[in-house]
Amino acid sequence: MSDAPFEPEVLVIDDEVQIRRLLRVTLEGAGFRVRESESGELGLIEAATKRPDAIILDLGLPDVPGIAVLKRLREWSRLPVLILSVRGQEADKIEALDAGADDYLSKPFGGGELLARLRAMLRRVQTKDEESGMSFGNVEIDFSRRVVTKGGAPVKLTPKEYGLMRLLLLHRGRVITHRQILRELWGPKAEEQTQYLRVYMTHLRQKLEDDPNQPRFFRTESGIGYRFSED
Amino acid sequence: MPDLRPDPDAILASIRRSEAKETRGRLKVFFGMAPGVGKTYAMLEAARKAHSEGMDVVVALVETHGRTETQRLLDGLPIIPRQETSYHGTLLGELDLEAVLARRPRLVVVDELAHTNVPGSRHTKRWQDVEELLAAGIDVFTSLNVQHLESRADTVRQITGVAVRETVPDSMIEAADEIQLVDLTPVQLRERIAEGKVYMGDRAAAAADNFFKASNLTALRELALRLTAERVDKQLRELRDDRQVNAIWRSGERLLVAVGASPFSTRLIRWTRRMAYALDAPWIAVNVETPTPHTPEDRKTLEENLTLARELNAEIIVIPDRDVAGTLVRVAQQHNVSQIVIGKSRGSPVLDFVRGGSLADRLIRRSGQIDVYVVPAEPRTGRSRWREWAVTSASQPREYVTALVTVLGMTMLGLGVQSWTGYTAISLFYLTAVVLLGLFVGQGPILLAATLSALAWNFLFIPPIFTFRIDKFEDGLMFGIFFVIALVTGRLTGRLRVQERDQRQREHRATALYQLTRGIAGARSADEVLRNAAAQVQELFGARLAIFTVDPAQPGRLVLHPAATYIANEKEQGVATWTFRNHKAAGRFTDTLPAAEGFYLPLLAGDNCVGAMGVKPPAEGTLPASQRGLLESFATQIALALDRERLRSTEEAGRLSQESEKLHRTLLDGVSHELKTPLTVIASAAENLPDGPLVAEIRTATQRLQRLVNNLLDMTRLESGMLKLRRDWCDPADLINAARETTVDALRGREVRTDLPPGLPLVRADAGLIQQALANLIHNACVHTPSSAAITLSGGADEAAHEIWLSVADNGPGLRADQQGRLFDKFFRGDPGRSGGLGLGLSIARGFAEAHGGRIEAANLPGGGARFTIFLPLERPASVPPE
Repeated sequence: MSDAPFEPEVLVIDDEVQIRRLLRVTLEGAGFRVRESESGELGLIEAATKRPDAIILDLGLPDVPGIAVLKRLREWSRLPVLILSVRGQEADKIEALDAGADDYLSKPFGGGELLARLRAMLRRVQTKDEESGMSFGNVEIDFSRRVVTKGGAPVKLTPKEYGLMRLLLLHRGRVITHRQILRELWGPKAEEQTQYLRVYMTHLRQKLEDDPNQPRFFRTESGIGYRFSED
Repeated sequence: MPDLRPDPDAILASIRRSEAKETRGRLKVFFGMAPGVGKTYAMLEAARKAHSEGMDVVVALVETHGRTETQRLLDGLPIIPRQETSYHGTLLGELDLEAVLARRPRLVVVDELAHTNVPGSRHTKRWQDVEELLAAGIDVFTSLNVQHLESRADTVRQITGVAVRETVPDSMIEAADEIQLVDLTPVQLRERIAEGKVYMGDRAAAAADNFFKASNLTALRELALRLTAERVDKQLRELRDDRQVNAIWRSGERLLVAVGASPFSTRLIRWTRRMAYALDAPWIAVNVETPTPHTPEDRKTLEENLTLARELNAEIIVIPDRDVAGTLVRVAQQHNVSQIVIGKSRGSPVLDFVRGGSLADRLIRRSGQIDVYVVPAEPRTGRSRWREWAVTSASQPREYVTALVTVLGMTMLGLGVQSWTGYTAISLFYLTAVVLLGLFVGQGPILLAATLSALAWNFLFIPPIFTFRIDKFEDGLMFGIFFVIALVTGRLTGRLRVQERDQRQREHRATALYQLTRGIAGARSADEVLRNAAAQVQELFGARLAIFTVDPAQPGRLVLHPAATYIANEKEQGVATWTFRNHKAAGRFTDTLPAAEGFYLPLLAGDNCVGAMGVKPPAEGTLPASQRGLLESFATQIALALDRERLRSTEEAGRLSQESEKLHRTLLDGVSHELKTPLTVIASAAENLPDGPLVAEIRTATQRLQRLVNNLLDMTRLESGMLKLRRDWCDPADLINAARETTVDALRGREVRTDLPPGLPLVRADAGLIQQALANLIHNACVHTPSSAAITLSGGADEAAHEIWLSVADNGPGLRADQQGRLFDKFFRGDPGRSGGLGLGLSIARGFAEAHGGRIEAANLPGGGARFTIFLPLERPASVPPE
């Protein structure tokens, strides 16, 4: 870890001045620099000219819908984007995630959770390298040899189970939507077959989690997808 | 070069065949050459077999004819008693159609398909009863002799000399799913008759000598065998169609038969029908309505002919034209007809010469590629042309009086002017009178006037007067010529008049149809359409109209529309309902419920029946095909208008609800946004403050406020019907964990257990809503139990009840008896003394569960504590493909 003070810049695109101020206070308190935009159009211009390190985007913008802002942004940029939405907007969240958002947060949110998500997002951008192995809990994975052990004992995974685990681990900390997983593992025709996922996830948890009924690592994002998380 | 591509019509027909068969009952016909071959016996044996295999079989009607071996077969089979009807003092037992329909067996046995019902029954013929049973999805076993088959009736009459009155349309047999030929050699059958097994006593001997002659039986047997063979052949063809339509090339044959008012046309129709069946070709019956007027008798014969053709599945075309041959060829070309069938007419050679050859000659000259079959006619029976001439149109007595008075007047005038003009010119007066009469009176009076004037002239004016004698040759010649001219001119003007009247009628009809169409197109509402239609029917047919539309409250029932111009009683309503349900015409002029006062037509818009139309003619009368056709067009127009109206109102309603939904959503979203944004700011800000007693209070208060706002918004969504489920396959464990995570603050410091059996099936639900419902239940448990009480979250599946359940239980004080019934009511609070809470949580949980087609229950546990359970329907996801 380098000691040089790294102060990432975050662009907040939200029409509510109170939320912007709140975010500014929270983020600046944690050592981020903050830029604000009160509309989607302005936000896109800011993103293009100022090149921030991350964007926090509200889905409910009055001028251009947040999802449209995201799609236009994704046409030219891989900047990490965190979506803000309210409870009950599951369809919008899924659409945003499918369109390339990196993570989402439901209002009302705690400051701690926001910072954690933001840091995780930035960390993923910095560590691009593929790892040859990793571990969580008492599980050890060697990607190069395709070997998984739990508490030292080898675990036998089917190809699909292994694929599911690998997909979530590679994007650890990030939500992967059902659609994304199904497309990746079963092909575009199976995008609606969520029951496949439920079945394989149950198997995977039974093999890798200590308490499959209350999973610690392979978490369900209700109605949206799955996330691998070590917290 | 034959076209080898699959014919789309053939594919469609094949699909229709199989589709229709899925909903219709199956018909099995036990078919034989004559009575006594053992059809009923075979049929009952088959029914017993089905019954012993556990099938729901019912005998609705069997004629045992006192045969004991047959009677014995009935033992043990459930029987629906016949409907006893008294007719002319005799008690007759008929098939109780209503009882069978109400009983709805899987299979019903109905003997003697060709039977004619007692007048007053719903249908004239038993085969129509069977048709209705099949349409209701009930399988039928029935029996039939070959002589009763419509298309074979003529042949049988020629063979046996016995006229067959009771016939069954061939389409019935064609639609049968199975035909079992019950065969016996003529020798065996005659033996059985001799043994008295078929007829009792004397009747046996009489039967053996007449109908059951060995020669007759051999011919009938051949007929029956041939028919069965043809049918097998056809089935084979159909099977081939079903399997691979492209493998065969369809003949593309289409037949046309010219139908007239002659009784001989029936033979022609049957002949064509047989040929069409053999060729597997569709056929058309065409009547060219020439200006020559028909006698009422002829008109009736023509109607009967056309009805027969319709029953034998022909398409009927009635077309008015003077040129019969030209019209036939034109219709044939328009419909891609390959063969035209006409009768060999016994017309007069002179007339044929004048017209340019007989009909056959003229047709053949113009038919081009089309084959023409000329089928020989039977000798003309009945009237000569002259009698026909005399009675072409029935005249009223008033017209005869007019003729008489006119002749009398002319005679007076003649007597007055004779001294100036001489007697020859008087004939011209008479002639003028006869010609003028022709414009006003019918054929009979004209004949009378012509004859009377000739006689009067002769008697009173031609010398020697006061005798009928004529001395001079010129006078005789004059008299003869006068008589001929009077007759011919009188007849010609009369004919002109009739033609003009017919023309006017036709024009009237065309105008009426045009006006109705225009009236409908311009009508702004269904009511206006129907009022226009009622007025048109009144004007055109002098008939009253009743329209029945589908009762919006009870689909399947009809209500009389107020635009009706006659009040239909209950019985008439019944006929209308039958028409509506069976998509077929009924009532007067038909074979179904003919005793009704009105004639009823279904209002069909495509395959969709939107109601029924009743027409009540003023008095006795017939319904000619042309008028029936016009009424059918009326019905179609009205049906289309009603259907269009229905679509328009549905669309309107849809648009309205969409608008209101949009408004609702905007409002709800706006309120939701305005409430949640400040809350978010407070909550997030409070979290960032350093911990302290006041900060903790702010956090708790904010959480409470958030819960309240969420509950109010949820309730509003539920109440407004705006709840849209986003169903997906969910893992019950995930739902419980998610609920637990959202209530982590409420559960802090409590003992929480989860109890989930491994391998729980997936549930198809809106994850967000179900976990909210569970969270509400958890909150409820936390609020109503001391903090020391433990909470257990569990789930399970009840395969037998097709349910999956998720429950929240506590070991607190449990529910009080007075609370039980009202727990899930809105704003009901279990403990009014305790502060806080609106009493919405449980009500929302119930709303969400019910939105999934599930339910919610609360109960006390035997060991103390309460338990709330959400039950959701258990569905099976599509299987997961193996790797």
